[in-house]
Amino acid sequence: MAILEARDVHIAFGGVQALQGVDLTLNEGEILAVIGPNGAGKTTLMNCISGWYKPDKGRILLEGRDITGLPADKVAAAGIGRTFQNTAIFHGLTVLENIMVGAHLWMRSNFLSCMLYWNLAQKEEIEVREFAEEIIDFLEIEHIRRTPAGALPMGLRRRVELGRALAMRPKVLLLDEPMAGLNVEEKEDMARFVLDVNEEWGLPVILIEHDMGVVMDISDRVMVLDYGRKIAEGTPDEVRQNPKVINAYLGVQSEAV
Amino acid sequence: MIYRETGVHHTTYRTDMALFRVPLARWSVAGLLVVAVVIPFFATDYWFSAILIPFLTFTIATLGLNLMTGYAGQVSLGHAAFIAVGGYTATILLIYDIPFLAAVVLGGLMAALVGLVFGIPSARIKGLYLAMATLAAQFVLPWAISRVVPLVVPTGLAVAGGDTVYPPRPNLFGLEIDSLFERYFVSLAILVVMTVFAMNLVRTRVGRAWVAIRDHDVAAKILGVNITHYKLLAFAIGSFYAGVSGALMVFFYYGVAHVGEFNLDLSLKLLGAIIIGGLGSIIGSFFGTAFIILLPIFLNISLTFLGNAAGFQVSSGIIAGIENIVFGALVVVLLIVEPLGLAKFWQNVKDYFRLWPFSY
Amino acid sequence: MDFFLELFVNGLLTGVLYALIALGLVLIYKASSVLNLAVGEMALLASFVVALAANFGAPSWLAILAGVVVMVAFGYFVERLAFRPLIGQPVISLIMATVGIALFLRGIYFILSNKWPVYLVDLGLPVDSLNLGPVSLLSSSVVGGLVALLLFGLVGYIYARTRTGLALRAVSDNQTVALSLGISIDHLWAVVWIGAGLVALVSGIVWGQRIGVQFGIAILGLKGLPVVFLGGLDSMVGALLAGIFIGVAENVVAGYLDPLIGGGTKEFLPFFIMLIALWVRPYGFFGREIIERV
Ligand SMILES: Nc1ncnc2c1ncn2[C@@H]1O[C@H](COP(=O)(O)OP(=O)(O)OP(=O)(O)O)[C@@H](O)[C@H]1O
Ligand SMILES: [Mg+2]
Repeated sequence: MAILEARDVHIAFGGVQALQGVDLTLNEGEILAVIGPNGAGKTTLMNCISGWYKPDKGRILLEGRDITGLPADKVAAAGIGRTFQNTAIFHGLTVLENIMVGAHLWMRSNFLSCMLYWNLAQKEEIEVREFAEEIIDFLEIEHIRRTPAGALPMGLRRRVELGRALAMRPKVLLLDEPMAGLNVEEKEDMARFVLDVNEEWGLPVILIEHDMGVVMDISDRVMVLDYGRKIAEGTPDEVRQNPKVINAYLGVQSEAV
Repeated sequence: MIYRETGVHHTTYRTDMALFRVPLARWSVAGLLVVAVVIPFFATDYWFSAILIPFLTFTIATLGLNLMTGYAGQVSLGHAAFIAVGGYTATILLIYDIPFLAAVVLGGLMAALVGLVFGIPSARIKGLYLAMATLAAQFVLPWAISRVVPLVVPTGLAVAGGDTVYPPRPNLFGLEIDSLFERYFVSLAILVVMTVFAMNLVRTRVGRAWVAIRDHDVAAKILGVNITHYKLLAFAIGSFYAGVSGALMVFFYYGVAHVGEFNLDLSLKLLGAIIIGGLGSIIGSFFGTAFIILLPIFLNISLTFLGNAAGFQVSSGIIAGIENIVFGALVVVLLIVEPLGLAKFWQNVKDYFRLWPFSY
Repeated sequence: MDFFLELFVNGLLTGVLYALIALGLVLIYKASSVLNLAVGEMALLASFVVALAANFGAPSWLAILAGVVVMVAFGYFVERLAFRPLIGQPVISLIMATVGIALFLRGIYFILSNKWPVYLVDLGLPVDSLNLGPVSLLSSSVVGGLVALLLFGLVGYIYARTRTGLALRAVSDNQTVALSLGISIDHLWAVVWIGAGLVALVSGIVWGQRIGVQFGIAILGLKGLPVVFLGGLDSMVGALLAGIFIGVAENVVAGYLDPLIGGGTKEFLPFFIMLIALWVRPYGFFGREIIERV
């Protein structure tokens, strides 16, 4: 059963045709990897799904509901959580507060009750704090919960971003290169977290990743983009054998290695 | 040892999330309040009118500016204009026999409304362009005030072209607020309330959303924060604080609503105050305000003293000049070496004691 | 009709001078994305130095040279000491740093003018009025306007034709690319700050002739802001056109409105225009909206 669908998505920036009719289907409970060379349009596709870019043409459906063209904050509220390729943590907030921002969208207290720290606001803050602590435990970052996020190294930043996305209680999780810039050990940790999130919380994940080892290990299906078009899709093994993919991407990669 | 955190363990999130988490903080705040209550019994008139009352009233303004600029990242070059709106509104309401507290709150609300209007561009622009919108407020509002006020103030009460208005003596529940002593306590009470409100805002959902917008507006939006809503809220609340402080400044400090007082200079000074005190820090607003009030006094005394010792007269022009030089240089230096301002130094001192005696 | 014409032409001359202030802003903004709120104070300092030197009996050329030396030194040190260490800080810090510099310069002006009160830049220019048909103009205004236009031409030439200009254009298009081409950003920043200092010198002298050397010059500097907003922060042609537009608009409107409402129109109108523009065209008339990437 498809939980998220993108149909025939087109978008152009000036002369650059970043996406030219891309389809994507994410099924319940699966990890779908999106791979492709630099500039293929992977991030752009995520931006279209999360409502930051408005596709020139095409639809985005979440649980069958059309969310195309909704403002990004409404898309988030509809159930799409994500992390960012270049990390976008909030430097001035602590790790705990960063994660609590994730919960912002389903919190209810308004500014007046916050100002007075009134009954509802107080109860809700405590409840969210408890929830955030669960995420912190899960990601094993208890020791830095009060550290300003701007002071963290890349590995921990990526983990905080994952925690923040989880705090949104999303229906779908988009991870844009969550392992870029991490060392081997950190990558292993991150891969484990992604798997746990997927298996224990039953959360479907779209994973953009350049590290083919990770992709082959943890994804259920792989989809390949090149120059804004989908050139292949299938199980990791099928994709690995696909000559088009080897030509456009994997070949280049193994040369680079 | 109340000065350390070591050994303090919270067993519930409720106490861990209290306004002041450690005994140190609770005790020092209590201590400060005691000092604030005791000081007036020893203060001279000069202290009241040159230090204490301006400190209390201006701090409300810098609190608001810090919420708006320091926390939410919406630079305002027109804070003084919003102060003026509050000051005049409250004065006029008092003339029309509205009770004191209501006049202050309504002054704040009027400023909030005007601030909201000038904040509308923030829905689509940020950074430089937004700063320019607030600068426009600084020029357009005083002009509008000086045209509108003469129309609504009964003739005879306004002087000097009609935009200088003396407020009647305010009274609180039938008691006149007149002496410096009374003005001090009323201002103090309002400041305490406004400070608690500000602290609550910044430690809850609203404050987190503001900082998120300041640090990375795109990510904030994609995480589900309605950034337009929160930017406008920052404008409204920041201007509300400005308006309340304006009312108190007019009633208790200046004693008159005079539009020339609320000029660009004041806006820049308040901005400088929160940079020096600490952007995004409540206590920083207190430090910064203390700094802008004490600096001229300090320079005045020390330069006059030095001048006398060296046998020449230091004119007030020179002192004003040096004040500007020190202030401007300090703003630049702090931006370079410690963007978190004096509040950061305070934090360092606290951190030192917090873990004492285990200083690792 | 004659009244209108007079207002119009005088507004035109004032407008060119506003454009000059805006030029200093655009120079710095193009190269470093800094909005320099100290423009007015820079012009004030420059005009004061020149006036002071002339007052001490220096011949015109020497007085101007003194101004050049001071403004070059100022531009160099400000870039070196304040802005270079701030590279990479958020825009708000950069704006506020210019506020700090403005206050600093004010302080220096207060102290110096306290010691040596001078009020006029006297370079021996003609002060009589010219009569062009129905319109009478101060010849110093005309000279000021011409000088301003000349300066625009000169800066435009440097941008279009010289190596430094090429580097400056490269930087404003794309900092990363410029860096990879081996252009030294530090060097260019120093160049633009010095350039802005010199532009401030010219506007300081011209304004000093018109309204005298007084604190008002610092406030006038702020009029450059509505101008650059309307004209686009990175467009010199925009600055010139918008400057003229603002100058003419405020002069004409004030001419008819001031007698009715008792003055003050010129102080608020440019900002009012800017505000309306911000509401309807938030990115100005020449700037364009960019889609941010994440
Ligand atoms: N906001 C934008 N403005 C202009 N061009 C854009 C924008 N966003 C993306 N592009 C262009 O769209 C194309 C696809 O970019 P995208 O970031 O999606 O690539 P990617 O597959 O994520 O690459 P990488 O592996 O390097 O992250 C590129 O040519 C890029 O320059
Ligand atoms: Mg990408």
